[in-house]
Amino acid sequence: MIVRRWRGRVGDAALVISTGAATLLVLLILAILVIDVVRGGSARLSWGFLTKAPTEGMTAGGVFPAIFGTVAMVILMTIAVVPAGVATAIYLHEYADRQAPLTRIIRIAVNNLAGVPSIVFGLFGLGFFIQFVGGGIDKVFFGGSKVLGQPALLWASLTMAVLTLPVVIVATEEALRSVPRELREASLALGATKFQTVLNVVLPQATPGIMTGTILAISRGAGEVAPILFTGAAYYLPQLPWYPNSQFMHLGYHVYVLATQSPDVDAAKPLLYSTVLVLLAVTFVLNLSAFVVRSRMRHRFAGASS
Amino acid sequence: MSTAPAVDNARPKLTVKDLCVFYGSKKALGPVSMEIPEKRVTALIGPSGCGKSTFLRSLNRMNELIPACRMEGSVTLDEQAIYGPGTDAVMVRRRIGMVFQRSNPFPKSIFENVAYGLRIGGMGNGSDLSGRVERALRQSALWEEVKDRLNESALGMSGGQQQRLCIARALAVEPEVLLMDEPASALDPIATAHIEELINELSDGYTVVIVTHNMQQAARVSDYTAFFYMGDLIEVANTQVLFTKPSQSRTEDYITGRFG
Repeated sequence: MIVRRWRGRVGDAALVISTGAATLLVLLILAILVIDVVRGGSARLSWGFLTKAPTEGMTAGGVFPAIFGTVAMVILMTIAVVPAGVATAIYLHEYADRQAPLTRIIRIAVNNLAGVPSIVFGLFGLGFFIQFVGGGIDKVFFGGSKVLGQPALLWASLTMAVLTLPVVIVATEEALRSVPRELREASLALGATKFQTVLNVVLPQATPGIMTGTILAISRGAGEVAPILFTGAAYYLPQLPWYPNSQFMHLGYHVYVLATQSPDVDAAKPLLYSTVLVLLAVTFVLNLSAFVVRSRMRHRFAGASS
Repeated sequence: MSTAPAVDNARPKLTVKDLCVFYGSKKALGPVSMEIPEKRVTALIGPSGCGKSTFLRSLNRMNELIPACRMEGSVTLDEQAIYGPGTDAVMVRRRIGMVFQRSNPFPKSIFENVAYGLRIGGMGNGSDLSGRVERALRQSALWEEVKDRLNESALGMSGGQQQRLCIARALAVEPEVLLMDEPASALDPIATAHIEELINELSDGYTVVIVTHNMQQAARVSDYTAFFYMGDLIEVANTQVLFTKPSQSRTEDYITGRFG
């Protein structure tokens, strides 16, 4: 009896210690990472670093084109992925017959899309967007001269949108599922069509959940490099991508370039640190802004009692 | 089985013929035939699972929102076959409004809740929108309580107020028939009394069908009462008659509390 109780206590303590240690380990890794990046990166961080283009073979100057390119790519990606993802989720959840073979195939496809390695998306973007879509448009409208059939901001954004599509679809479906049946019935009983009900009742209720999906997509999209390697990211491009068919610099790719391709490793190292710091900060700011939009919406739609 | 007796001169508003409802392969209701008289309150009573809510929801085609639900027979509103091939469920629901068991206001302002049905019907801000909203709120005896906070969220109201708001929301589109599915079952006695008073007033202009498991309530508010049991309509009669001299022994057993 006593032994058993003693054993139970030891088991308890072991569980607390092991789970606590695991949590601590995660925090520790994060802390080391952040501290290291901040310590190494803050030395070279300056207004000039944020506003100037890289110079002298990327051993001096700043990362402004990369910041601009990253933000532009994420914004274009968001514009593409949110409508497509939300529309797909609405179809799957509100209109499609759940048991129909087509619905199941779509669902399996969405789940598999989420598991495809990101470099494969890069190759897909190259083959589909650049060669097929862009090349096709060039052939038909521009007499074969390369206007859209080359790596570009637009194609990189769309490739990234395909990559983040499952995130938005899954989050939106989850949000639609959480809208109470009573509210849909109330709307339908008032003589609303299904479309009116989805537009006026279901979507406003699901908006915070959709925003969560958007935030996740942005986090993912801002950090991924592989899908844009072949589809638009430039090694070095001091001017800004003012047209959707320009190539662009990207912070994540710039980190890779500085780390592996620099002619002068010692000169590039502090720049590398600062670039990583900026990448972290940009990702954080993009997340934060989506987060603020979400909480505003939540505030607008929530009532006093909820 | 009997149809509604013509004790007074009310003409039938809804005519139900051989209505059967199935969930999957399981029959939940019927066959039921009855008439629902115009501008009267008809109460549907019976123990839980007897099919009274299923019957109610088949009157405005809400049952077809349930995927496995299937029905046979016919329901006629005036001259229009509700399940007829050329009949649109949306038009049916505009003429036959519904109030649910649990109040379900939209997470919008009080005004927008009542205006919802009008807006989706194509009514803009410029027209008589606020007049219609006010009238509906007066009809549901809510105007005096909420007229100064029309732009506040409906979710901040008390339970009884929310249910009256749902009634106002249903009335705003000016239906001819109002279906109520245990509208007071989640409310306290005072709020319930409010709702019952309201139902009495509504029968001047509307045909009301109310599902209730509370027999006193059926006796208080209705002109006619239908007793359902195990998916069948056992008896429908003038409320006073049904509660004092039921023709079926099962009705008597139920209203005297021997089962249910």
